[in-house]
Amino acid sequence: MTMLSERQQMSYIASQAADARLNVELETEGMTLNIGPQHPATHGTLRIIARLDGEQVVWAEPSAGYMHRGYEKLTEVRTFPQVTALINRIDWLGSFANEVPFILAAEQLMDIEAPPRAQHIRTILFELSRIANVSLFLGDLGVQMGAVTPVFMAFRDREYVLNLIEGATGGRFHPNFDRIGGLKDDLPKGWLDETRQVMKKLRNFCDEIEDLLFGNEIFQSRTRGIGVIPADVARQYGLSGANLRASGVDWDLRRDQSLPLAYDKVDFRVWTHPDGDSWARCWIRLQEVREATKIVDQLIETLPPGPVMTKVPRIIKVPEGEAWVSTENPLGEMGYYVVSKGDLGPFRVKIRSASFNNISITPWVLKGVYVPDIITILASLYFILGDIDR
Amino acid sequence: MAQLSDTDTDESAPVVDELRNEIVARLRADLGDAVVDVHQVPQVDLWVRVTPESWRSAGEALRAQGFDYFCFLSAMDWMPSPFGDGENDPTEEVEEDPAASEIRQGYTGGDTRFQMLARVTDTRRHVSVTLKADLPQHDDGTMSIESWIPVYAGANWHERETHEMFGISFDGHPDLRNMYLPGDFEGYPLRKDFPLLARLVKPWPGIVDVEPMPASDDDEGDDS
Repeated sequence: MTMLSERQQMSYIASQAADARLNVELETEGMTLNIGPQHPATHGTLRIIARLDGEQVVWAEPSAGYMHRGYEKLTEVRTFPQVTALINRIDWLGSFANEVPFILAAEQLMDIEAPPRAQHIRTILFELSRIANVSLFLGDLGVQMGAVTPVFMAFRDREYVLNLIEGATGGRFHPNFDRIGGLKDDLPKGWLDETRQVMKKLRNFCDEIEDLLFGNEIFQSRTRGIGVIPADVARQYGLSGANLRASGVDWDLRRDQSLPLAYDKVDFRVWTHPDGDSWARCWIRLQEVREATKIVDQLIETLPPGPVMTKVPRIIKVPEGEAWVSTENPLGEMGYYVVSKGDLGPFRVKIRSASFNNISITPWVLKGVYVPDIITILASLYFILGDIDR
Repeated sequence: MAQLSDTDTDESAPVVDELRNEIVARLRADLGDAVVDVHQVPQVDLWVRVTPESWRSAGEALRAQGFDYFCFLSAMDWMPSPFGDGENDPTEEVEEDPAASEIRQGYTGGDTRFQMLARVTDTRRHVSVTLKADLPQHDDGTMSIESWIPVYAGANWHERETHEMFGISFDGHPDLRNMYLPGDFEGYPLRKDFPLLARLVKPWPGIVDVEPMPASDDDEGDDS
C-alpha cells in the first residue's frame, strides 16, 4: 500500500463519505406510514396509509369503512317518516341539514309542498346547522396545527347555536324535526329574539377566528399553496361545497337550483376563491359562516305567518316514482336518490354524501406532499366520518 | 329546474323544456341508437337510459357536452325483496302475490334486474342528467360494465362501493377492493335477496308508526 500524505488521506475519506451520502440519497428505501384509524390527527376513524420517500408522500390511500352503518340497506325496511331519524346521523354535526333533501324528495314524489312558514323555518334551521357545523371546523382547524385556543372558542360559540336548535326542535344534535309536508312544530316564543343575539355573537366569533388564525403567519405558511386542487379536477371528482368553490367554481345549490326553501327570498353572496389550496378552502368556510348568519337574520325579519304543516295523510304512502333532491349542506352537496314503489317505505335510497366524494380525491391531492401537510390538507377538505361511510 | 340566477332561459315556456330537449337531441346525435329511452319531468329532471355497451361512451358524450361535475354512480336492484318491506310481521305467513314479486323497473324502463345509475351535472348550464343502463348477467351470474374512471376520475370510489354492494365488476378499474366490509365478506349487501338479519330475527316493534300531526289537531281529538 502506498503511503499517502495526511492531506491526501483526509481528502480520500471525505470523498468516500460524500459517495456514501450520495448512495444513501439514491437508494432510500421507502417506508409505509399508517395513520389511524385511532390517531390524534385523524378525525374520527379515517385511516390513511401513506407510502413515503423520505418526508414526501409517494402515494396515499385513505381507508374508510370503520364506521359503515349500512344506511342504504336500513332505509329499505323503514317507513318514510322513520328514515329521517336514521339520516340525522350521517353528518352528525349538521343533522337537520341531512333531513331536508330527503323530505323534499319525498314531497316531490307526493307532489306536495310545505307551507311558506315551514319553508322559512326549514331554511333557518338549515343555516343554523351549517353554522354549528362549520364553526366547529374553524376551531378544529387550529388544533391540526398546534393552536389549541380556537377550538375552545368554537365550542363555546357553537353551544349558543346548539341551544337554539334545541330550543326549536328539542334535540341538540339529532333534531328529527322535519316532516313530510312541513315541520313538527312551530318555533317557540322568544326564539327569534334570541337568534338575533346569537347571530351577532357568531359574527364576532368569525372576526376573532379571522384575527387569531387566518392572520397567523404559521397558519398561512402551513396552508398557502398546499394541496392545490384545480377546478377541472375538483369537478371530475365531484368535490362540492366550499372545496369546489375554493377551486374557483361558482356553484352553490342554494342559489343554482329552485327548491321549496326560502333561499330565493334572501340576498347572500356565494364566495369563491381562485387558489384552490388549503387556505382557500378554510377561508371560504369562514365566509360561509358569516353569510349564513346574514341569511338567518334576513329570514327572521321576513318570517311569514301561517301553519307549519300541510294536510298529509296520517299514514304516508309515497306514490311510485323516482326523485333526486340535493341541497348545499355544510359539507357540500348532499343528495338522496329516492325510489318509491308506492309502499310505506322507500324501495331504495341512494345517499350521495358530500364527504365521500370530497375524500375520494385524497390519493390524487396527497401525492407528492410532505408528511405534516397530510394533516392540514385533510383538515381543510373537511369531512365527517359518518358522512363518508354512511 | 327553474333558475334563480339571470343566466338561463326557462321562464318563457312552462311545459316545454328546451334545455333538456337540446341535451337529449345532442345525446341522440352522438350515440344514435344507444339511447334507449328518455324520461323527462320538464324543468325538474331528466333520465336517460343507454345500452350497456355504450355506458362509457355515454359518459364521454355527456362530458363533452359540458357535464363536467360528477355527482354519483351506483346501481339498482329492481327485484322486490323476498323478505317483505320490513313492515310486516315476519312471524306471519305472507300469502303469495305474483304481482308483488314481479320486477318492475322505474323511469325509462329496462329489461334486467340490475341497472346502473349515475348522475352528472353541468355547473354552467345548471342542469343534471341521471343516466341508466341495463346490466345483463353473464352465464355464471356475474355482471360487468366498463369503468368510468377515464371519463370521471371521481368514479373510482363509487365503482368500488358498487362492486362491493351489488357485485358488479368494472372493466378497467385498477383496484376493486372492498371499502367497507372485510375482504373475505361473502354476499352483496344491497342486493334485495341479501337478508337484513337484524330485522328477520326480531320483528320491528312499530309496524305502523303514526305520530300526531299539528295540522290534524282540529279534526281528530286524541292521537294516542
